[in-house]
Amino acid sequence: MQNNNNGYLDMELLRFTTAGSVDDGKSTLIGRLLYDSKSIFEDQLEAIEKASKNKGAEKADLALLTDGLKAEREQGITIDVAYRYFATPKRKFIIADTPGHIQYTRNMVTGASTANLAIILIDARHGVIEQTKRHSYIASLLQIPHVVVCINKMDLVNYDEKEYKKIKKQFLEFAPKLDVKDIDFIPISALFGDNVVERSEKMNWYNGSTLLHLLENVYISGDYNHADARFPVQYVIRPQSDEFHDYRGYGGRIDGGIFKVGDKVKILPSGFESKIKSIDTLNEKLEIAYAPQSVSITIEDDIDISRGDMIVKSNNLPNQSQDITAMISWFNERPLQLRGKYAIKHTTNEVRCMIQEVRFKMDINSLERDYEDKEVKVNDIARIKLRTTQPLFFDSYKKNRYTGSFILVDEVTNETVGAGMIVERI
Amino acid sequence: MNKYNLTHLKELESEAIFIFREVAAQFDNPVILFSGGKDSIVMFHIARKAFFPAKVPIPLLHIDTGHNFDEAIDFRDNLVKKYGVKLYVGSVQKSIDDGKVREETGFNASRNMLQTTTLLDSIEEYKFDAAIGGGRRDEEKARAKERFFSHRDDFGQWDPKNQRPELWNLFNGKKRMGEHFRVFPLSNWTELDVWQYIYMEKIEIPSLYYSHKREVFMRDGVLLATAPFMKLKPNEKAEILNVRCRTIGDITNTGLTESKADNLKDIIDEIAAERTTERGQRFDDKRSETAMEDRKKDGYF
Repeated sequence: MQNNNNGYLDMELLRFTTAGSVDDGKSTLIGRLLYDSKSIFEDQLEAIEKASKNKGAEKADLALLTDGLKAEREQGITIDVAYRYFATPKRKFIIADTPGHIQYTRNMVTGASTANLAIILIDARHGVIEQTKRHSYIASLLQIPHVVVCINKMDLVNYDEKEYKKIKKQFLEFAPKLDVKDIDFIPISALFGDNVVERSEKMNWYNGSTLLHLLENVYISGDYNHADARFPVQYVIRPQSDEFHDYRGYGGRIDGGIFKVGDKVKILPSGFESKIKSIDTLNEKLEIAYAPQSVSITIEDDIDISRGDMIVKSNNLPNQSQDITAMISWFNERPLQLRGKYAIKHTTNEVRCMIQEVRFKMDINSLERDYEDKEVKVNDIARIKLRTTQPLFFDSYKKNRYTGSFILVDEVTNETVGAGMIVERI
Repeated sequence: MNKYNLTHLKELESEAIFIFREVAAQFDNPVILFSGGKDSIVMFHIARKAFFPAKVPIPLLHIDTGHNFDEAIDFRDNLVKKYGVKLYVGSVQKSIDDGKVREETGFNASRNMLQTTTLLDSIEEYKFDAAIGGGRRDEEKARAKERFFSHRDDFGQWDPKNQRPELWNLFNGKKRMGEHFRVFPLSNWTELDVWQYIYMEKIEIPSLYYSHKREVFMRDGVLLATAPFMKLKPNEKAEILNVRCRTIGDITNTGLTESKADNLKDIIDEIAAERTTERGQRFDDKRSETAMEDRKKDGYF
C-alpha cells in the first residue's frame, strides 16, 4: 500500500462525545464511523463476532466494541466512559462514549469536559424527548463549543424531509434555554450509513455535510481561549547542574491566551511584575507560546514563585476571590454537605473550601430551577456558593474552561465528589 | 491550519508532558515502568521534555522476566548511561527462587503472569507511590476504560467499576498510606501516533523494530523467536526469515511480523495498512476474552 504518511504529521485533534441510550443507535453510529473509516481491526471484529454468538445474537453487536469490562458485556450495559480512537488523513478523533444507564450525568459530564463537539442523537420516530433535553443541557452546561444533532433512523420514516424539519423545529424551540453557539442538524441512518460517511442517495433534499465531513472540517481553532493569557505554574524546574546553575524555569501548560518573550507579566498572588525572559522546550527556544502548549517559562527577575501561582499579563487579570459561585455536578453517593469542608483543586492550585449555600437544583429534564428541594445527591446539578481558605485566580467557565473549572475532593475518602463550573464573581 | 492550533501529535505530547509534571508535583516517590519497548521509550522522551533542562527526576523500573531479547537489554543499559537516570530491576527469576511464584510448565509456559507479583513486590520494597506506565487505551478493551491517574488499593488491585472521574486537566492523586497510583501519560495515543511521533522526533529505538534476519517458528498463527528456553513441538520447524517486532515484551510471547520495512516511513506505511491490533500478536492476550481485565485487576501493568 502506498501511503503518503507525511500528511499525518499535519493532522488536527478533535475530541467529541456521543450521548444516548441503548435504543437510539449510538453504538451503531460509532461502529459505523469506526468501520467505514477502517478503524476496526480484524481481530477485534472476530472477537466481537464470537462474543455476539455466545450471547445468541446473529450479527456482530458493535456495542461490544465499546463495552470493555466483563460486567458490561455480561449485563449488556455500559458502566463507564469508554474512549475510542479513529483517524482520517485530516484529523485524529477521540470519542468519549458515555453510557445512558447508570451514573449517566457523571459520565456525560466527564466525557464532555474536554470535548470540542457533542453528537446528540434523536430517534426520528420519537422526536425531541426528555432525554434529548438532558443531553443538550449538559452539552451547554459544559460549554462544548459545537453541537451536532443527528436525527437518526431516517430509514424508518421513509427518509421524509417533513419529519426531519419537524424535529429540527422542536429542537430549535427549546434551544433558547440553552447556551450553545454552534448547532448543526444532520438526517442520518446509522444502520445503513446514510449521511454518516457517504452522502445519502435517498435524501436528495438535504444539502448539508455528512457527519464525517463535518467532523473533519468544523472550525476548532477558536475552541481554546487565545485572548486572556493564563499560565498556572505546575512544577518548578531547577536543574542545579553546572551548565544551568542558576536556571529557574516554571513548567506548566498554558490555559489561555498567548505569551511572548518580552511580555510584561504579573505573578499572582504576590503581585510582583516582571518580563518573560525565555520560553523553553527540549527541542528549541520559542518566541511565542499559546494554549494548550506545555512549556517552561523563565522570567527576568528573581521572584519566589511556586506551584499553584499564576503568571498572567499585567494588562489582563483574572478574577481573584475567596467567594465562588458555581454550577456543580455531584458524583458521589454521599450527598453534598451544606457547611461541609472539601479540598478544592483548581488549575494547579489546591486549597480547602466550605459549601455555604445551595441556591437551587436544576431539573435537567424540564430545564426548570428547583428552589425547594436543596439536597444535592448523586447525578444532581445545582448552583452553589462556596468560600475558599485562600483566594483563587479564575475566569468564568464560559470564558475559559480551564481556569473556570474545579473539582471537589472528599478529605476522608479522597474521592472526587463533584465538578464545578464557575458562574461569576460575587 | 490556524497559526494558534497544535497538530494532533503536539497536542498529545503537551498532554503527556502535563501528566509527567503532575506526577512529579503530586507524588513523593514515583517511578517509570520501563520495558525497553517503544512505548516506554517514547514515555522517557516525553519525561525529558517535561523536566528540561533538568535531568529526569524519576527513576526507571524494569520488571525483568529473564526472557529478554538481548537488544532490548542493551538498549535499556545505554539509555540509562546516556541520560544518567537511576534504574531499578525487579527480577521475576528472584521471585521464583524465593518461592513467591511458581513457574508455569509446558510448551506455552510464560512468565507473563508472574510479572505482576514481582511488580507489586518492587513497588512495596522501594515504596513507590506512583508507577508510570506506557499503556494506551487503544491497545485493548479493558485498557479503554483506564484513567490517566488510576488508583490502586493496598493490595495493588484495580476496581474498574469504581474509578475516580477525570475532568478537564484536574487529576486527583490523593491516596492513603500503602495505596499507590498507576499513571498512563500515553492514554490517548494510538499505535500509529506512537510511530509517527518516533518519526517526527527522530527517537532512537531498538534494532528489533526494524526488519532483520532471525530464527523463528510458527505457533497458533503467531511467529515466535527461538530461544534456549523455548521448547519446539514436534510439528514446529525453526526457519530464518526477515522479521521485525511490532511490540516488544517477554520473548516467549512477542509475536514477530514478516517484513522488509527497515526504516520508519516504511514501518508507518505498514502500520497504517495493518488489519490486526498489535496485541493481536501477543500470546498473553489470547488466553481468554477477559485476560487483560483479569490481570489488570490483580495489579498487572
